[in-house]
Amino acid sequence: MNQVAITRTQWLPICQRSDLVADSGVCALVGDAFAGSAEKKSVALFFIPGQETQLYAVDNWDPLAQAGVIARGLVAELDGELTVSSPLYKHHFRLSDGVCVEDESIRLDVYPVAFDGETVCIAVDKS
Amino acid sequence: MTEASVKQKLVVIGNGMVGHHFLEQLAARPEREAFEVIVFCAEPRPAYDRVHLSEYFGGRSADDLAMGKIEQYRQWGFEIQLNDAAVEIDRDNRTVTSASGIVTDYDRLILATGSYPFVPPIPGHQHEKCFVYRTIEDLDAIRAAASGARSGVVVGGGLLGLEAANALKALGLEAHVVEFAPGLMSVQLDAGGSELLQNKIQDLGVTVHTSTATELIEEVDGRLRMCFKGERELLTDLIVFSAGIRPEDKLARTAGLAIGERGGIVIDESCRTSDANIFAIGECALYDNRIFGLVAPGYTMARTAVAQLCGESSSFTGADMSTKLKLLGVQVGSIGDAHGRAEGAAAITFVDEQSGVYKRMITDADGKKLLGAVLVGDTGDYDQLLQYHLNDIDLPEHPEQLILPTAEGAAPALGAGALPATATICSCHNVSKGQIVDAVAGGCCSLAEVKDSTKASTGCGGCAALLKNVVDEELAALGVEVNNHLCAHFPFTRQELFHIAQVEEITTFGELLEKHGSGRGCEICKPTVASILASLWNEHIHKKPHVGLQDTNDTFMANMQKNGSYSVVPRVPGGEITPDRLIVLGQVAKKYNLYTKITGGQRVDLFGARLEQLPEIWRELIDAGFETGHAYGKSLRTVKSCVGSTWCRFGVQDSVAMALAIENRYKGLRSPHKIKMAVSGCTRECAEAQSKDVGVIATEKGWNLFVCGNGGMRPRHADLFATDIDDETLIKYIDRFLMFYVRTADKLQRTSVWLENLDGGLDYLREVIIDDKLGIGAELEAQMANVVGTYQCEWKTAINDPEMLKRFRQFVNSDEADEKIVFVEERSQPRPARQEEIVRIAEPA
Ligand code: SRM
Ligand SMILES: Cc1cc2nc3c(=O)[nH]c(=O)nc-3n(C[C@H](O)[C@H](O)[C@H](O)COP(=O)(O)OP(=O)(O)OC[C@H]3O[C@@H](n4cnc5c(N)ncnc54)[C@H](O)[C@@H]3O)c2cc1C
Ligand code: SF4
Ligand code: FES
Repeated sequence: MNQVAITRTQWLPICQRSDLVADSGVCALVGDAFAGSAEKKSVALFFIPGQETQLYAVDNWDPLAQAGVIARGLVAELDGELTVSSPLYKHHFRLSDGVCVEDESIRLDVYPVAFDGETVCIAVDKS
Repeated sequence: MTEASVKQKLVVIGNGMVGHHFLEQLAARPEREAFEVIVFCAEPRPAYDRVHLSEYFGGRSADDLAMGKIEQYRQWGFEIQLNDAAVEIDRDNRTVTSASGIVTDYDRLILATGSYPFVPPIPGHQHEKCFVYRTIEDLDAIRAAASGARSGVVVGGGLLGLEAANALKALGLEAHVVEFAPGLMSVQLDAGGSELLQNKIQDLGVTVHTSTATELIEEVDGRLRMCFKGERELLTDLIVFSAGIRPEDKLARTAGLAIGERGGIVIDESCRTSDANIFAIGECALYDNRIFGLVAPGYTMARTAVAQLCGESSSFTGADMSTKLKLLGVQVGSIGDAHGRAEGAAAITFVDEQSGVYKRMITDADGKKLLGAVLVGDTGDYDQLLQYHLNDIDLPEHPEQLILPTAEGAAPALGAGALPATATICSCHNVSKGQIVDAVAGGCCSLAEVKDSTKASTGCGGCAALLKNVVDEELAALGVEVNNHLCAHFPFTRQELFHIAQVEEITTFGELLEKHGSGRGCEICKPTVASILASLWNEHIHKKPHVGLQDTNDTFMANMQKNGSYSVVPRVPGGEITPDRLIVLGQVAKKYNLYTKITGGQRVDLFGARLEQLPEIWRELIDAGFETGHAYGKSLRTVKSCVGSTWCRFGVQDSVAMALAIENRYKGLRSPHKIKMAVSGCTRECAEAQSKDVGVIATEKGWNLFVCGNGGMRPRHADLFATDIDDETLIKYIDRFLMFYVRTADKLQRTSVWLENLDGGLDYLREVIIDDKLGIGAELEAQMANVVGTYQCEWKTAINDPEMLKRFRQFVNSDEADEKIVFVEERSQPRPARQEEIVRIAEPA
């Protein structure tokens, strides 16, 4: 990500509030416009009501398990921080910055995400 | 010189428990390479656990009792001759000749010939219906004679005689004990203890005839008549002699070794006989004019002999003969000088006739040291008293407090901390307190680890309670805070949380967290609490407040595979399946292209289903009559069965019907860990019930129940829990057992580990389940009835609930499939593609 590029942020609607599951994750597909890539991206959305930040979006791909399963992990508070415990080998990834607690050199991409009324929008950088 | 000629030739005569222990100890040392070992074993099989011989009647097979294994010996490089007794020792030429004609020379010789039962020379004692009680063959003969017999008599009211009487009773005979002396167990008990024991045993239906001398045995009309002194007589069908043991010293005698006046091969502290090249160990050996008729001293002798052979100095200087046991269900303990024979000895006696408890302490003249004790009816104080005795610890000011029922002001219990490091904790394996302390200091942080590493408490088990105290105390002393909090969010154990949720009727995680926890929960407490709530209230795991509490497998009611796809396991109760249903499984697998495999649990697993396919697949399965198999849950998995009496020529009960009944009863029960069961139709045990949490084996009269077995990472043989029970009792015990486990076990603790950590172990478990000591039997049953009554097939409920179904979408905003899940074909079935096989669909722009 070191190359210099002009980016502008674009908010994309991805799903409805009713698609989310409180205190748990769901998976959404973000189209090919996403991140300037032709590849479609699976994103894991976590909805934690009653918190200051109630919405999180991280990459659904678990690089350690090599499978798209993060959305199906269990939300776990670890030393006061919210993490998702990946279902296959139970690595914890911080919801706030995607960093793997067991191996900080590994990180999931995280994306800004917000409610627009009943719609969930995700922010993507478009070059 | 070749290496072989350097080796010393070591001949071992006798392969009983002590002979085996000797070989095992030698094998564990590097010095074993220095010996060429040959063993002569008179019995048709290598050593077995004679101490637990009676369990042969309780469902254990000869294989279960086996200690020495031919392959093991071979692996150690030891040669063993079965069914081949040594018949002559030629000390001049240093050779041993066997019955089969083998002549072998020796450098060192070990005599481990044990002892033989003494049969008093009463006229008629050779009758074919007269037996002894020492080997597996003896028990086979008794069992054969017992079928069709009505009553049996044991001659001899000692420890073994009472055990034999118990066996006769278990074989369905009316049992009598005939004892020459005025009281039972006269070696171990004083008159008061013996009288109380006699009353208790009579109450259990064994007729005891003391002060009775048999003068003649004769056959009358196909039965045996025993004529006693004083013209009394008794008619019976078989007689078992258990009138004491005699050391097997014939060989040594003819070889000219020193023999005691009343038999026994004389040994010194190094276990050497009068010939320095010949050692004697175990029950054939006489040290200080005594024969030691227990395994623990025999094992010490074996270790001494091994050390001597390896050039170390080690000695046997006698052993404590204290014993604690349960005879016909009556607890009996005897420590040290039970008869108070020492000069100036004083006694303190406590008798509670109502509940049948007798306790007596023998102290020295000033009441400072404990010389001996006798306990009948309640051996709860045994461990503590034994430690006072063995370690010569000063008695407290009011020593009587040690045996009085606990009341306010009672003497403080002797903590494990008061014991010196040299105190023997486990006499079977000669483990001292010091060794246990070292093990804990060396990193063992649980009872199970200490057992593994020191072998303590893996013999007779008598030291279990004391061992636990020492371990707990050491852990605490090391500052290892034995923090048994569930996790950072709940300062309670699983058991405590269970209790709280039950008493306060808490039905959601949120409520429990708010009232008794902190933070937002984690992957430890969420599934644990979900499991507790399910055991208690049995609501659907997808009900709103419970969503998000479960691990992925429970959440999606399927097991996640390495590539993110799932497996589908329908329930096939007892492994019984109709051809039509089998065809449906095939059809569904074919339609969805699922990899199909027969599992180790007698059912079929369909692998490779995508998340979004799960509901469709289940709809088809449910329409065909299948239910969820809970392969994903910490709950009942399978009840394995064998075909049983319906088809099998050996079957004695309908094991399939019982397996079906059990599986259908307990399916859906959420528990601390998974539960597996099995039912076998006869003792051949084709369903492997003794490796399950709950194992049921058919007998002629009903069922034998085994509990707390485990396969998996650390296999554990199940324990025999109850014998010959009927259907109703079986279900009652399993109900109580499972609920008690569900209530009290730690998270992710299988029944095997749970039992190993349960204070009081199997005996306590029996008291709770069978004797209902805690008075909770009815409550446990009611709780189980609630779970059984509220059972629902979770998948059936889910496919009929649109809200729940939403959960099974791969993407909440698209119907596309996950393109990252790729299969390739192998052996005509799909399997997940390996990373290198996946062709990247598109490169980043
Ligand atoms: C499918 C099967 C293997 C097979 O191809 O035969 C299997 C597969 C799995 N076993 Fe197993 N076990 C299977 C029979 C067994 C058996 C044999 C038996 O039950 O007779 C054992 C040993 C017996 C025992 O449990 O006492 C067994 C001992 C384990 C263990 C170790 C448990 C232990 O106490 O040590 C685990 C790990 C755990 O549970 O923590 C395990 C865990 C697993 C898991 C669930 C691992 C996981 O989390 O992904 C596997 C996934 C199953 C799936 O995806 O459907 N499996 N597993 C068998 C399913 C039986 C069934 O019909 O339900
Ligand atoms: C029913 C029962 C219950 C018991 N309960 C307990 C208990 O609770 N606690 C306890 O501590 N002890 C108990 N014991 C006693 C315990 O079993 C013995 O102390 C122990 O077995 C002694 O071991 P050993 O090797 O010296 O003798 P054994 O086990 O008798 O072994 C000697 C072996 O040598 C063989 N042999 C003899 N002569 C020759 C020969 N010439 N050539 C080749 N082989 C030969 C014999 O056939 C036998 O196999 C019990 C015994 C019985 C029978
Ligand atoms: S356990 Fe017994 S009844 Fe069952 S199949 Fe095996 S031999 Fe037959
Ligand atoms: S005393 Fe027998 S196992 Fe420890």
